[in-house]
Amino acid sequence: MDEIKLIEIKEDIQSDNAVVAEELRDRLRKSRTLMINLMSSPGSGKTSLLLRSIEALKNELNIGVIEADIDSVVDSEKIAETGVRNVQLRTGGFCHLDASMVKKGLDGLDDPALDLIFIENVGNLVCPAEFDTGAIQDAMILSIPEGDDKPLKYPLMFTKANVLIVNKIDYITISDFAMDRLRGYVSRLNTDIEIFEVSCKTGEGVDQWVDWLRQSVSDFKQSPVR
Amino acid sequence: MHELPVTEHILNIVLKHAERNRVQRVVSITLTIGDLSELENEWIQHYFDYLSKDTIAAGAKLHIERMPIVIRCNACGQTESIRKDQLGQITCSKCGKSDDFSLVSGREYYIKEMEAQ
Ligand SMILES: Nc1nc2c(ncn2[C@@H]2O[C@H](COP(=O)(O)OP(=O)(O)O)[C@@H](O)[C@H]2O)c(=O)[nH]1
Ligand SMILES: [Mg+2]
Ligand SMILES: [Zn+2]
Repeated sequence: MDEIKLIEIKEDIQSDNAVVAEELRDRLRKSRTLMINLMSSPGSGKTSLLLRSIEALKNELNIGVIEADIDSVVDSEKIAETGVRNVQLRTGGFCHLDASMVKKGLDGLDDPALDLIFIENVGNLVCPAEFDTGAIQDAMILSIPEGDDKPLKYPLMFTKANVLIVNKIDYITISDFAMDRLRGYVSRLNTDIEIFEVSCKTGEGVDQWVDWLRQSVSDFKQSPVR
Repeated sequence: MHELPVTEHILNIVLKHAERNRVQRVVSITLTIGDLSELENEWIQHYFDYLSKDTIAAGAKLHIERMPIVIRCNACGQTESIRKDQLGQITCSKCGKSDDFSLVSGREYYIKEMEAQ
């Protein structure tokens, strides 16, 4: 038998995904399309927030949706009804999207004139935090019924997101959710994160979120192409 | 969980390095994974055995080396090792600040080395 030798590898397990993700971002920078990866637990309000955002912006921006929420035939019908371009990704029961799946979605949308693309990621706070989708911004939704301690249980997701939307604030008076406590936890995990408090049901706070979207699209269009 | 696609990546990388080093058989593989990531040891091995069946990595034993979560206080430079659920509640034990930390370790996700013959 040959002698056993030790071979150093030191290679990132996700190096392939990182390459594809970077290619996607290059492509988005060239077409000046802001792609936002929307993540949350199932039922936090990803589809509801998409519908609100599309409603507010569809007359001024060209919007596309890459839909990957697993049990969402109904959801994708709702999205299709808004008239924006959309593709439904078959995730085959996957717990997250990676960059090559998103690439298929982007190819499927096939429209370089889009200003804004939302990815509705698979409903899950663990796995999507681990995989770079190639999006320009990572947004996460936390809804009031989930509780204010989620940053302690799922810190990775909160460090990855650039923007946090706290949804279902119409429930806040009947819950023990403390917004200060949440903000305290989040600020330790992520100093740069922007936080919005909204209700997709009553519409409260949606304007501020939509303003942020509008501003982000405009900033991205003006950013220099690298 | 996503152990299956992750294991696929691991196998591909291992086979690439095996070929590069002209080895006949891979005996063991060591992964370095930060404590911020969830990865089930048992499942990785299970999937690996299945996926590597007809390759020179068949039968290789996987070891996972866990890296602790270590943060640095940017106000005073103090570093501390903490548990995952402490991350959102941390206050610097030296200067008392609690709003400006960077992660020194805990996000590792790579293949460190392999033994082969
Ligand atoms: N009360 C209340 N319900 C909401 C709000 N946003 C969404 N919902 C409801 O929560 C449920 C799940 O929302 P959905 O958008 O499908 O979540 P998704 O699984 O993340 O896409 C639906 O019944 C929505 O009508 C909100 O702000 N307040
Ligand atoms: Mg949905
Ligand atoms: Zn300090």
